[in-house]
Amino acid sequence: MKILVGVKRVVDFNVRIQVKADGSGVATDGVKMSMNPFDEIAVEEALRLKEAGKADEVIAITIGTKTSQEQLRTALAMGADRAIHVETDEDVQPLTGARILNAIIAKEEPKIVMLGKQAIDDDNNQTAQMLAALANWPQATFASQIDIDGNVANVIREVDAGLETLAVELPAVISTDLRLNEPRYVKLPDIMKAKRKPIDTFTLADLGVEPAASVKVLKTSLPATRQAGIKVETVAELITALQEKGVI
Amino acid sequence: MPEYKAPQRDMMFVLNEVINVSELAQLSAFEDATPDIVQGVIDEAAKIIENTIAPLNETGDREGCQFDNGSVSAPVGFKEAYKLYAESGWTGLDKSTDFGGQGLPYTLATAVSDMLSAGNDAFSLYPGLTNGACEALIEHGSPELQKTYLEKLTTGEWTGTMCLTEPQAGSDLSQVRTKAIAQNDGTYLIEGTKIFITGGEHDFVDNIIHLVLARLPDAPAGVKGISMFLVPKFMINSDGNLGERNPVVCASIEEKMGIHGSSTCVMNFENATGYLMGNPNEGLRYMFTMMNLARLMVGLQGLGVAERATQGAIEYAKERKQATAINGGATIIHHPDVRRMIMTMKALTEGCRMVAYDTAKQYDMSKAHPDESVRKTANDRVELMTPICKAFATDVGCEVANLGVLVLGGAGYIRESGMEQYIRDAKIFCIYEGTNAIQSLDLVGRKMKMNLPQIFIKEMVNDLAAESNNNELNFIVEPMKTALKLLDETTEWLTTAAQEDPQNPAATAVEYLTLYSLVTHGHFWVKAAKAALGKQDDDFYKGKLVTAQFFANKILPRIYGLAPIIMAGSESVMSAEEDWL
Repeated sequence: MKILVGVKRVVDFNVRIQVKADGSGVATDGVKMSMNPFDEIAVEEALRLKEAGKADEVIAITIGTKTSQEQLRTALAMGADRAIHVETDEDVQPLTGARILNAIIAKEEPKIVMLGKQAIDDDNNQTAQMLAALANWPQATFASQIDIDGNVANVIREVDAGLETLAVELPAVISTDLRLNEPRYVKLPDIMKAKRKPIDTFTLADLGVEPAASVKVLKTSLPATRQAGIKVETVAELITALQEKGVI
Repeated sequence: MPEYKAPQRDMMFVLNEVINVSELAQLSAFEDATPDIVQGVIDEAAKIIENTIAPLNETGDREGCQFDNGSVSAPVGFKEAYKLYAESGWTGLDKSTDFGGQGLPYTLATAVSDMLSAGNDAFSLYPGLTNGACEALIEHGSPELQKTYLEKLTTGEWTGTMCLTEPQAGSDLSQVRTKAIAQNDGTYLIEGTKIFITGGEHDFVDNIIHLVLARLPDAPAGVKGISMFLVPKFMINSDGNLGERNPVVCASIEEKMGIHGSSTCVMNFENATGYLMGNPNEGLRYMFTMMNLARLMVGLQGLGVAERATQGAIEYAKERKQATAINGGATIIHHPDVRRMIMTMKALTEGCRMVAYDTAKQYDMSKAHPDESVRKTANDRVELMTPICKAFATDVGCEVANLGVLVLGGAGYIRESGMEQYIRDAKIFCIYEGTNAIQSLDLVGRKMKMNLPQIFIKEMVNDLAAESNNNELNFIVEPMKTALKLLDETTEWLTTAAQEDPQNPAATAVEYLTLYSLVTHGHFWVKAAKAALGKQDDDFYKGKLVTAQFFANKILPRIYGLAPIIMAGSESVMSAEEDWL
C-alpha cells in the first residue's frame, strides 16, 4: 500500500510575520521557512503506518517553487521513501492543489492521501475536502487517531461536539489534526541520506492541470492595533457607550 | 525561566551573508555541505535542542549532579536527552565518515554548538569533551586504539574526558606528577590523582574514555616529560565487548558556583591500565590538539550564555511596564538605560557569533583546502583567533549575563527568573581551558612572536580601504580607520616595550586582548552592515544596521580607554613590594 503525503512550505510558526511595504503579501525573503506543522504530523503518521507494516511506501509531495524541495528533503529525512515536486512559481490555491493531487493519484494509485488539515499560512482547510470530491473518494478529516484494518481506515476525528469515529473504505483522503501524534526528531545521518533519495519533478503542464485562479488577493495588511478600552461605572453608562459606538 | 529559541535568522545571516559558508561546499572534503544541507542541519538541531535539551537547563541547575560511593548521577532527564542527541547523530557531525561521523564542516558543528551551549551550557560539556578526545585520537592514536575507541566516541555511545589538572598542577602542567609504569604487555599502569575532571564519571553511557597526562619514570622534568595515555573505565575484550572494570575511580564531585548539571570529578587512578598515545614525552603537544578545539568550544559557551541572557532580557523588557518612558513608551524597553543595556548585549553577542563562525570556517579551510598556502594562512588565522574567541567571548558572556540580571532589576536577582543562573554559569568559562589571562599571554607572547596580530591588522586595513568609497558605510568605516591606527600603534608599542621589560606585555595582555577583540568585532560589523545595506524593507536588516551603528558609537570607543592603560606598561602594576600590599 502506498501513502501519498502532502507537505507545504510555509513561514515558520515561530517567525513574526511582516507584511511587504507595498501590501502585495507577506515578506518571505530571508525568513525561516518550514514544513507546515500539520503536514509534519501527516508525514509522521504515514511513517508510523509503514513501520507498523500497514504500508509499503511513503511518497511525499509538494507543490511550489524550487526552494520547496527543502521541505521535501525534510520529509525524506524523516523517512519518506521518495518525493514528488510539482514545480510552479505561481500562487497555488486549494482547488489547484486538489487538481494536482488528483492528477498524481492517477499516476501513483496510492491507497491513502494524507494531508495536514490546513496550512498555517492561509488557513484554508479546503484541499483535502476538494481532493476527495474530485477523486470521488471518501474523506476523514481532522484525524486524531487512525487505525488501518484491512481495506478500512477507522479514524477518530475531532469535531466541535467531541470525538467522532468514522470507518472509511480505502482509497481515502485523510487530513491530520494536531493531536494525532508528535513528529519525531530527524537524525543527522538521515538528513545526509535524504540528499540521495529521488525527487521526481513535474510542471502543471506535465500533469495537464489548469490552475484555478478563482480567488485574487487584493491587498495584505496587518490587523489594526488594538485600542485601549475605557471603564464605565454603571450599566446605564455601558449601554450609552455601546449606543454611541453604534454597536446596539 | 526564558524559553530558548535558536537565533536561526542571525545564524543563517552570519553563515550566508557574512562568512559565505557556501565556499566550503566547493572543497571536495565538504561537497555535501550544500545550502539545503546547511539549512536542514540547523533546522533539525534547533528543534531537538530547543525542545529536549534547553528545558533541562534550569532543572539541571537546581538539582545538580549526585555522588554516591563512586558513581555519579546527572540531573533528571540528562541521560535520556543525551541518548536522543547521540542516537540522532549530532555528536559526530564533523567527524570522519570512516569512524561513524557525517564528515560535515566544523563550521556547522560550531553553529550547532552555539545552540547547544545557549540551550544548556552544562549539558554541552559532555559531548564537548568527548569531541576533544576524538580529535586527539584521530591525530595521535595508533590504528589499534582508533579501531577500538574512535567510532564509539564519535557516535557518542561512549564519552571522553581530558585528565590534565592535579592539585599542584593547574595552569602550570610542568608540575604533573601522575605516574605511568610500562608493563611487559605494552600497556602502562597509571597512578595518581586528577582533579576538576569534567564528565569524569556519570550515568549516561556504558564506558568513559579518559585521556590522561602522566610521567614515565625516566622522563625529563617539566613539560618535556609528559606523556598522554588512554585509560578506559571498562577494559575492552578482544571481541569488542566491555570487560573488567579498570581501577580509575571517582573519589568525589565538586560543589561549584554554576554549571551544576556538569559532573566535575576528582579521579583516582589506582594502577589503572593505560595505553600510550603516540610517542613518549610528547603528551603536551597532543594535549593542545584537544585544548585548541576546547578553547574554541568554551568561546561558544560564552556566546551561548550571552545569547540566552539577551533573549531573556529582551523578552522581559518588551513586557514589563514601569513609568512611562521619555518617548512615551509604556514598557521598559523604551527607557534609554534599559535600551543601552539591550543594545550592548545584542551588539556584543552578535559580534562574538561572527568571529566564532569565521574562525570555524578558517579551521575548515586549514584542514581541507587543496592549496597548501591557503591552508597555512587559514591555520595562522585560527591560531590568532583562538585566544580571542575564547577570552573575549567568555568576557562577553559574563558582561552580558550581568546586564541580563540588571535589565530585570529585582526580579533578575530572584532565582525563578532564570537570569542569575547565567552569571553563575558564565564565570567558569573565563577560567577553564586556560584562564583568559593565559589566553592574553598567548596572544602577546607566542602569537605576537609569529607576527600574527600584525598580519591580521594589515588585512583588516586593506579590507576597510575597499569600503572607503561607500558613503553609506561611513558611519562605521571612519571610526574603524581610527581604531585600526590605534591598534597598530599599540601593537608596535607593545612589541618595543616587551624588549625593554617582559613584564610590560604580561601586565597589559588582558587589556590588549580586549582592544584587539573590539577592533576585530568592528571588522566583522563592517561586513554585517554592508550585507544589510539596501535590504531595509526587512526589520531584521534594520536591526542589524542600527546595531552596527551602536557598535561604532558605543562599543568600539572602549578602545580609547584601553590604549593608554596598555601604554602605561607594567610599572605601577608591579612597583609595590609584596609587604606593602
